[in-house]
Amino acid sequence: MRLVAREHASPWRTPGAVAAAVILTFLITAGPIRGSGASPVTAYRRFLFTPLTSSYSLYEVLLTATPLLFTGLAVAVAFRAGYFNIGAEGQFLAGAMGATVPGIHLADVPAGLALPLALAAGAVAGLGWAFLPAWLKRAAGIDEVVTTLLLNPVALLLLQGLLNGPWRNPTSGFPDSETFGPGYRMPAMLGDRVHAGLLIAVVLIAATVVVMTFTPLGLRIKAAGQSPDAARFSGIDVTRVQWTSALASGAIAGLAGACQVLGVQHQLTGSIAQGHGYTGIVVATLGALSAIGVLFVGMLLGLIGVGSQNASLVLQIPPQMGQLVTAVLLLTVVSCLAMRQYRLVRRRPPGAAES
Amino acid sequence: MNISLVAVLAATLTIATPLVFGALGAILGERAGVLNLGIEGTMYAGAFVGFYAADRSGSAWVGLGAAIVAGAAAGALMGLLTVSIGVNQHVAGIGTTLGLVAACDYTNRVLYSSGTQVRVPKFTRLLADIDIVGQYALTWIALLVLAPFVWWVMRDTGAGLRLRAVGENPEAADVAGISVATTRYVALICGGMLMAIGGAFLTLALLGSFTIDIVSGRGWVCIALVIFGRWGVWPTVAGALLFGVADALQLQLAITPEFGDVPNELLIAVPYLVVIAALVIWGRGIRYPGAYLRPYRRA
Amino acid sequence: MRADNSTTSSGPTGVGNAPLVEVVGLTKRFGALVANDNINLSVAAGEVHALLGENGAGKSTLTRVLYGLSQPDEGELRVDGRAVRFGSPKDAMRAGIGLVTQEFSLVGPMTVTENVMLATVGLGIADRRAARASVLEAASRIGVGVDPDAKVETLSVGERQLVEILKALYHDCRLLILDEPTAVLVPNDVHALFATVRRLTASGLGVVFISHKLHEVVDIADRITVLRRGRVVATQPAVGLDPATIATLMIGSDLARLPEAAELVGLPTTDPVDDVSAAPAAGGVAPVLAVRKLSLDADGVRLLDDVSVDVAPGEIVGVAGVSGNGQTELVSVLSAMTAPTAGTIHVSGVDVTGLDPLGRIRAGLGRMSEDRRGCVVPGLTVEQNLVLEDIDQFRRWGFAQRRRIRDHTRRLMEQFDIRAEPNDPIRSLSGGNVQKVLLARALSRRPAALVVAQPTRGLDVGASAYVHEQLRAVRDRRGGVLLVSEDLDELIALADRFVVLYSGRVIGELAAADATPEALGLLMTGHRSLRSPATPLAARAVSGCSSAGASSPASEEEF
Repeated sequence: MRLVAREHASPWRTPGAVAAAVILTFLITAGPIRGSGASPVTAYRRFLFTPLTSSYSLYEVLLTATPLLFTGLAVAVAFRAGYFNIGAEGQFLAGAMGATVPGIHLADVPAGLALPLALAAGAVAGLGWAFLPAWLKRAAGIDEVVTTLLLNPVALLLLQGLLNGPWRNPTSGFPDSETFGPGYRMPAMLGDRVHAGLLIAVVLIAATVVVMTFTPLGLRIKAAGQSPDAARFSGIDVTRVQWTSALASGAIAGLAGACQVLGVQHQLTGSIAQGHGYTGIVVATLGALSAIGVLFVGMLLGLIGVGSQNASLVLQIPPQMGQLVTAVLLLTVVSCLAMRQYRLVRRRPPGAAES
Repeated sequence: MNISLVAVLAATLTIATPLVFGALGAILGERAGVLNLGIEGTMYAGAFVGFYAADRSGSAWVGLGAAIVAGAAAGALMGLLTVSIGVNQHVAGIGTTLGLVAACDYTNRVLYSSGTQVRVPKFTRLLADIDIVGQYALTWIALLVLAPFVWWVMRDTGAGLRLRAVGENPEAADVAGISVATTRYVALICGGMLMAIGGAFLTLALLGSFTIDIVSGRGWVCIALVIFGRWGVWPTVAGALLFGVADALQLQLAITPEFGDVPNELLIAVPYLVVIAALVIWGRGIRYPGAYLRPYRRA
Repeated sequence: MRADNSTTSSGPTGVGNAPLVEVVGLTKRFGALVANDNINLSVAAGEVHALLGENGAGKSTLTRVLYGLSQPDEGELRVDGRAVRFGSPKDAMRAGIGLVTQEFSLVGPMTVTENVMLATVGLGIADRRAARASVLEAASRIGVGVDPDAKVETLSVGERQLVEILKALYHDCRLLILDEPTAVLVPNDVHALFATVRRLTASGLGVVFISHKLHEVVDIADRITVLRRGRVVATQPAVGLDPATIATLMIGSDLARLPEAAELVGLPTTDPVDDVSAAPAAGGVAPVLAVRKLSLDADGVRLLDDVSVDVAPGEIVGVAGVSGNGQTELVSVLSAMTAPTAGTIHVSGVDVTGLDPLGRIRAGLGRMSEDRRGCVVPGLTVEQNLVLEDIDQFRRWGFAQRRRIRDHTRRLMEQFDIRAEPNDPIRSLSGGNVQKVLLARALSRRPAALVVAQPTRGLDVGASAYVHEQLRAVRDRRGGVLLVSEDLDELIALADRFVVLYSGRVIGELAAADATPEALGLLMTGHRSLRSPATPLAARAVSGCSSAGASSPASEEEF
């Protein structure tokens, strides 16, 4: 038996592949779920359907999805241009730290000014964290995978260092920052918890769709990402396109961190590091690097996140199962999609008559 | 400022040990043309599986053996994804890391839900009384046995020749009758085993226990070290020692009065920054292996 | 014409009852395409059997099956009369079959010895010394000199081909398949290669010599088999061959394509347009492309050395040279993919030296590089690829004007006979159509000067003729074309003037009237005068074999 490439990929194969991936994910995670004493079917019902049943949990889903929409978009924008930004996690944390600076040092600024200030600070911080790897790639051709990756633990250490040191809350003594000034709260949208950050994310996604489909810049980005040599030959400045995408990616991820800290906790805590940057890679990949895809997959992963929290409360399944489901889903989907192009062929013995 | 040079040297070797294991494992895969970003997850799996097996069996050696099996499995998974199925190597690696970390954390929660820290039998240092020489057996194995062995295999054996051919020009290797797929699988599985030993070192030698985030980015450091060492064994080991020196120094500085006020974490970040700086200074114009990141299909 | 074994049958010559290697009833399909259809072929020991056919006739497929890289759907392979099955190149090598392809299967950073032993080295300690000795011994067997410790990436193309042959000899091959071996060689090197082949067959090897150049093959072959569209259309002895008949067999008895057949055979084409394009106007008319003293250094190596070339309006200047003497670098510099170390480039009088690809496109320079795949973005559509160089032209207030783009695309596709729809993904197009897309893109702005490299490589005769027509059309509207090609036939058919590159330098210029293959060949090997010492590597092999003029094996001329 061998794998042989097909000549044409039929359009029905993609939904088929995704369906196969979902089933595979279920089968692979069923065992571990049983390991904690729960029924896989019940667990998945809690993951995927229960959160949709009440408006409260629906709002939780939107809330959970918000940072993922940002980081997924950030990663998608970079990957699309051929720049493998794996540092979204660090850029996210940088953005959170960036928004904290005015939040605690300029605490008395009124809301109309405070929010734009903090958001801008977050975006700039994220951009700044992405600057060094992007510049190293542009000026010296140093691979961005390693540099962006290494800066993630550094960002986390910086966060913890600041929280344990100069930003430690003087009143409570915990390693959290002070609460931000009253102007630094994102307005609430739906329910009490969903905040305006969701709106910002959706607007950014729409803007990305417009740019990629309707502008020459979008065509340049696509060409640069898929075939840098061909793009260069056609007069596209690939280095500049990737540089711009890298910085935009960092800014979006930084904005994610800022929105998260301004919309949810209103103070900087260690618990903000939930791996959103890495999950963003999953969102971007499953969303086929398209902005619309990011929107849908971000919502889906938000759903799974809330569902697994629910399952951990009710069924005693540790919440890490949500992350496991996400990771397995990523691997099964990309695998099944890659397998679309091949079919199994039984090797015919030589001299066999044509059927 | 009173820094004990002896303590720094001793700590350097210990700190460098998991990095040497991980980096050697990464070299094998990358020299064959596959970037294994699953290294962070593989080291994590090695750490957890080693810990769990040692706990259940009462022997650190059994734990180490179990970790090696886990590492081989992780390497085989990367092989399945990147060689057989042909998934993009970055995505396969990140997915593997996320999956392995989640799986280990999940299992840890299920099995050890009590929250109290579990201690397991651990390795002890040999010749522990003598200052710098008193290291774990695994440290000596890494530096004096495995590193020379990998170096020798790459340079002087047919296996090394074939692996390098696959990594430089898989079409030529295929025409020469070398199975590109088999070679890459073997490289990834052996690499995975080495990476897992590196992870197991953290739980079975250093800590004697398991905590989440025990690997904390060391896998990424290994990837950086391999590029910094241009895929050669000895320059990479030198890079690992460099990181070890920086980390050991930072530990010493943290307890000196001058640096006592500086938060621990900022000092811990120093070695990572040192590696980044090393990449900046020495990282230009590197010649990657010819087939780096390229999947291979016989046309 | 019966589509089975032969028109004039003649049994295999050579020793023994059974032929050395035989192919019986071979059929291989790729989906709907039948690449090999019921093919019969036999090669005897000591025989040179030439395999002829156009690109796409099925030669490569047959070769891959013979070497175990592909398995037949039907049919049988026989070695010494016994049926065999090759699951991989290893099996083929064990049966004594060796293959030398156009793309060498060599690992650049490794030495000659390491490359030679790669196929048989086990997993244990690599015995370099023994392998080294074997390499030297095999080299002396065919009478060539080679440095076993040299890294392959430092060798010239002819030398690398020799390494490939040594590889085969190292593995005790009895049948050597040479796939288009002269495609990258200069006439003198071709003579050297033929001498080597004769030495090999004298010692009992069989050789399968694959080519689409009939006039070269007539020199070397004992028997000839012609493939067309996957089938064998003729097998005859080489003695007394009529080239015109064979050419017709290769492309079918289609009267309308006889000019192409003539091109195949190397006969002069009756092209009336040739008379119109006289010698370039010397002085008085400004060149559309002026390259002056262009130099390129990299890693301490001088890749281009003071290259100066002018292209006047209404002329095609052909750049000849053996692959690896600076042509790729010249095109890369002219395309703005590489920055020169010194020198200037002017397009219609405008200095474009410092401009990036976009700047040069705007100044009126059209480019077609030899690397087709490197110029096309496979994930985009035909339309997107067509406008890729031009996209800003269709921009208004930051947005792309889709209707204008579509009109432009349709116009180009009609003009250049591109058989596809604008929204088709470009990877679904055939090679010929992709080349037409690249041509259309390069010509859509009606450039004053056009730089093209290897424009018809890998195309069938029909597509090649179309491309040549388009190049002539540029010349006819007073544009200028700089044509870089390794195909001497193509250059001779098209160019009005010739420039020859050797070691990165312009070593000579010839007008069309003086440009015979021999004269060009001499310049291409670095000889300014008509005295003809042998080329470096094959020096000892040439003695006794006549090339153009007397040969003096010991001397080498270096410039």
